[in-house]
Amino acid sequence: MKPGTVVLVGPQGATPDIGAVLAAHGVRGKVALVRAGYQEREADDAEMIKWLGVPAVNLALHRRSVEVFRDDATFTAAYKERQQRLRHMQSFYRVRLDKIEDAARTVSVRYVEPELLEQEEKVSVDQFRHLDADHVERCEALRVAFDRQWRVAERPLVARHRDELRTDLSGVEALVIAGGHVASLRNRIALFDVLGLAADKPVFAWSAGAMVLTDRIVLFHDYPPYGSDIAQVLDAGFGLAKGIVVLPDPKRRVNMDAHAGIQRFARRMAPATCVAMDHGSSLVYERGKLSRASADRLTTTGEVERGWDGAPSRFSSPYLRGGPI
Amino acid sequence: MMARAIKELAAGARTREAIDQFFASHSFPIVDGSSITFVWRGEAERVHLKHWVFGLPSSQQLARVDGTDVWHLTLQLPPGSRVEYKLEVVRNGHGEWIWDPLNANKARDPFGGNSVAHGTGYEIPTWIQPDPTATKGHRDEIWIDSKTFGRRGFGLYIPARFQRNRQYPLLVVHDGHDYLRYAAMGAILDNLIDRLEIADAIVVFTSSPDRLKEYADDERHARFLVEELVPYVERLFPLDAQPQSRCLMGASFGAVATLSTAHRYPGFFGRLLLQSGSFAFTDIGDRNHRGPLFDPVVAFMNQFRAEPAPVSERVFVSCGMYESLIYENRSLVPLLLSTGMDVRYVEARDGHNWENWRDRLREGLSWLMPGPFLHVYE
Repeated sequence: MKPGTVVLVGPQGATPDIGAVLAAHGVRGKVALVRAGYQEREADDAEMIKWLGVPAVNLALHRRSVEVFRDDATFTAAYKERQQRLRHMQSFYRVRLDKIEDAARTVSVRYVEPELLEQEEKVSVDQFRHLDADHVERCEALRVAFDRQWRVAERPLVARHRDELRTDLSGVEALVIAGGHVASLRNRIALFDVLGLAADKPVFAWSAGAMVLTDRIVLFHDYPPYGSDIAQVLDAGFGLAKGIVVLPDPKRRVNMDAHAGIQRFARRMAPATCVAMDHGSSLVYERGKLSRASADRLTTTGEVERGWDGAPSRFSSPYLRGGPI
Repeated sequence: MMARAIKELAAGARTREAIDQFFASHSFPIVDGSSITFVWRGEAERVHLKHWVFGLPSSQQLARVDGTDVWHLTLQLPPGSRVEYKLEVVRNGHGEWIWDPLNANKARDPFGGNSVAHGTGYEIPTWIQPDPTATKGHRDEIWIDSKTFGRRGFGLYIPARFQRNRQYPLLVVHDGHDYLRYAAMGAILDNLIDRLEIADAIVVFTSSPDRLKEYADDERHARFLVEELVPYVERLFPLDAQPQSRCLMGASFGAVATLSTAHRYPGFFGRLLLQSGSFAFTDIGDRNHRGPLFDPVVAFMNQFRAEPAPVSERVFVSCGMYESLIYENRSLVPLLLSTGMDVRYVEARDGHNWENWRDRLREGLSWLMPGPFLHVYE
């Protein structure tokens, strides 16, 4: 396989297909497994390694982070402070998001000409987009400033773990990133620069693992226990799978019949393509570009395009400057 | 109004066998669309339905099917309703309040309990039942030597996945032992934490020997919670000592204690859960029709209504539509919103009782102290 190949698949569930996907892409030898999204359950990897069908080394990023946070008190205090700040920023972003949602709903039920409402809907979507972009930018700025101030790569413990990981990765054919807690996973991959260390390897990922490889991590759930919610951008992803928003496990999390909701979400995320990834879905990136897909696509006209193959869509947005998406 | 089933009984032979067959072939009370029929069988001078649905007469007489020992009363009950009741059977001029012997649904409370009628569409939530697959938190009872109140015990819940190297939010529950006994709060915490719907949290269950006084905007109570209890628990456990990670909750007078504590220590508890709060107030004068126990509550609420303040960050308010307190709770919501606090308000077709409060815990706690369900994609 060529370096730079990224394969995203759907949730593994009761009948995992990651082993077949690896085999189909010619992976026969040992792989490196990231299970940091499972946090304290990271080491319970026996069953997952069976799914892979090839030997695997668990990179143990969660365990390594626990060691860093335990033994490097100064860095840990600063890191926790950064995380607290990110949480506050997320909370403030959410407050603003809710207000935009409220305003959009209020505007949408006014008794005026449909053409004017359509224009106003575009304004509402633009407000979402502006807020999302601003949030991601500010999160990234905070991370960059933190890395610059703390020279993370030079912290002795972090550097030691990165050296160990470099050794672990030297003998593997591919990097496999499982799902789990998406923020935890993103932070550990970044802390140890795993994608930099594995830059010459193909990457396979699912669920939260797939989400962190995109440009933006979007949290979503149409059926939260408190009744209803709107999707929110958590942070920037690592951008290996560009131009998409990955929505794993849509059967459980997305109301696929909500035409207006799908339309607004797809418009909000455009020009990125929103891809619902159930079990059996896949997206293949080669040389940084999407080369083929088998998934469901949410369109800016509010449809669900089943079995989308990655080709440019016949659906177009009536208002996006980039034209058809 | 007579229910179809009763009409059919009355139109029939009215023999013992026919009546036995009627009882064998129905479940009680009889729910038919939006009507509900309470039935009792036996000899009596009168039979009354006793309930606590605000807006309906609290005592309504059942009619007797002529020539039988069958008594019945049909009411309109909107879909989704849940009503607690008893029957009063009057014999020899003496009334006895009993549980409905034909109805297996019962709710327990500190006064013994009631029979429960479920309207069309009401379902007992599945997440209140102990789930054998859910990991169980650890429960304990510990004591604090309080400068304010002397030696006091409180219940403790430690989540199953507890680890010393993590930091946890804190939830303090007024009348906590009653929430455990009557609102299934132990099983609910186990289930919702296991499902990632609420955060792994340390939970403290407080109880008061004089709640009507201590919960009614009593300065000592607020001081006890904020200056003694929470710091004590923070010494015992790795808690995230931030307002966003402290939640205070209660029902009825416990909700008053929650809001008044937050008012006395603004910003200390960043999350409040107020269930069926006894938020009595007056628009003129200072005496409320509810009696002298409410006088300090009225004084507090009148003050809060005059100068509403953002005492917390996020507030979940719930109340039953069939409570006399619905007016006070509905009135509170715009005031809370006017302060800039993030507020959610939920009503249910239910009364002032523990199972109403139980049924709202999932949406309240998951909004105030969300678990990682939104972040986990396996």
